[in-house]
Amino acid sequence: MNQSPPALALRLVKGFGRFCWDLLVGDTPELFVAALVIIGVVTLLSVVGHFNTAAMIVLPLLAISALAISLRRAQRAARRK
Amino acid sequence: MFFASSVPSGVVVLVGAVFLASCVEMVEALTIVLAVGHTRGWRAALQGSAVAIVVLAALVASFGPALVRVPLNELRLIVGAVLLIFGMQWLRKAILRASGLKALHDEDAIYREKVAELKALDASVNLDRVAFVVAFKGVFLEGLEVVILVLTLGSSAHRLGLAAVAAAAAVVLVGVVGVVVAKQLSKVPENAMKMSVGVLLVTYGTFWTGEGLKVKWPGGDVMLAAFVGIYAVVTWLLVLVVRRENPQVSAEVAA
Repeated sequence: MNQSPPALALRLVKGFGRFCWDLLVGDTPELFVAALVIIGVVTLLSVVGHFNTAAMIVLPLLAISALAISLRRAQRAARRK
Repeated sequence: MFFASSVPSGVVVLVGAVFLASCVEMVEALTIVLAVGHTRGWRAALQGSAVAIVVLAALVASFGPALVRVPLNELRLIVGAVLLIFGMQWLRKAILRASGLKALHDEDAIYREKVAELKALDASVNLDRVAFVVAFKGVFLEGLEVVILVLTLGSSAHRLGLAAVAAAAAVVLVGVVGVVVAKQLSKVPENAMKMSVGVLLVTYGTFWTGEGLKVKWPGGDVMLAAFVGIYAVVTWLLVLVVRRENPQVSAEVAA
């Protein structure tokens, strides 16, 4: 039951990693990917292209689209059951 | 009128998000603590809860000041992305529950399950220790998400103290109501609260992801109020669409 300090530290790091994975990815990896896509697209529009208005419109639109796609996925999964 | 004009919309959204999220998580934690208290005694249940709350508060106190030192643009981009993910996850779950595609969070069933689990324990195990650990884990794990929200929302808005107070107020409120009614709060409209938190988190996530990527929002903080309205309407429409596409499930839920 007693663990050496390195083994305990490794266990804690692994546990924390698993916690972060469950929290951010979990059973909705599409939402995690969507956040990365949103950051990529808005970076291109705002930071690289200086298209502020386009970035302002695209950001919430992509978030709404990601939510709709995730819901569609959940509906399909529910129908299969 | 004075309140509406003197309190920035950012503060209202921040306090609302942290307070509601904390209420939702603490209602879930309270169910576990009550199950432990009723089956294994109150002393260990309350000790476990108190230690968990102290550890959670220590996490806020130790990581909060460090986060405030991170450059604001980078902090807001990371926090914005995390809040977008959290917010979309909360909204997705709440919409599926409101549409009948996912079972509502049933505090009564969770309470019964936890009580049965604790009663089935072998008498040879140290029951006080088990009760302490179960209560600690329940409060700590439910509270960890609140700590992340307090740290991210509070430090990015430079209002860590206010965020911590909002979370503490929710813990006290749920605790007092729990003591008064002395049972799990199954009547709390948890899904509606979850949906509201989802809207607020996606709002902050959108706003700060944009700010972190140098998007200039018209009217500054005023856009937060506009996003709350937009996302609330979209959520309502998505519930209607999902319900319409799954009429049998919705009818079963209504029956």
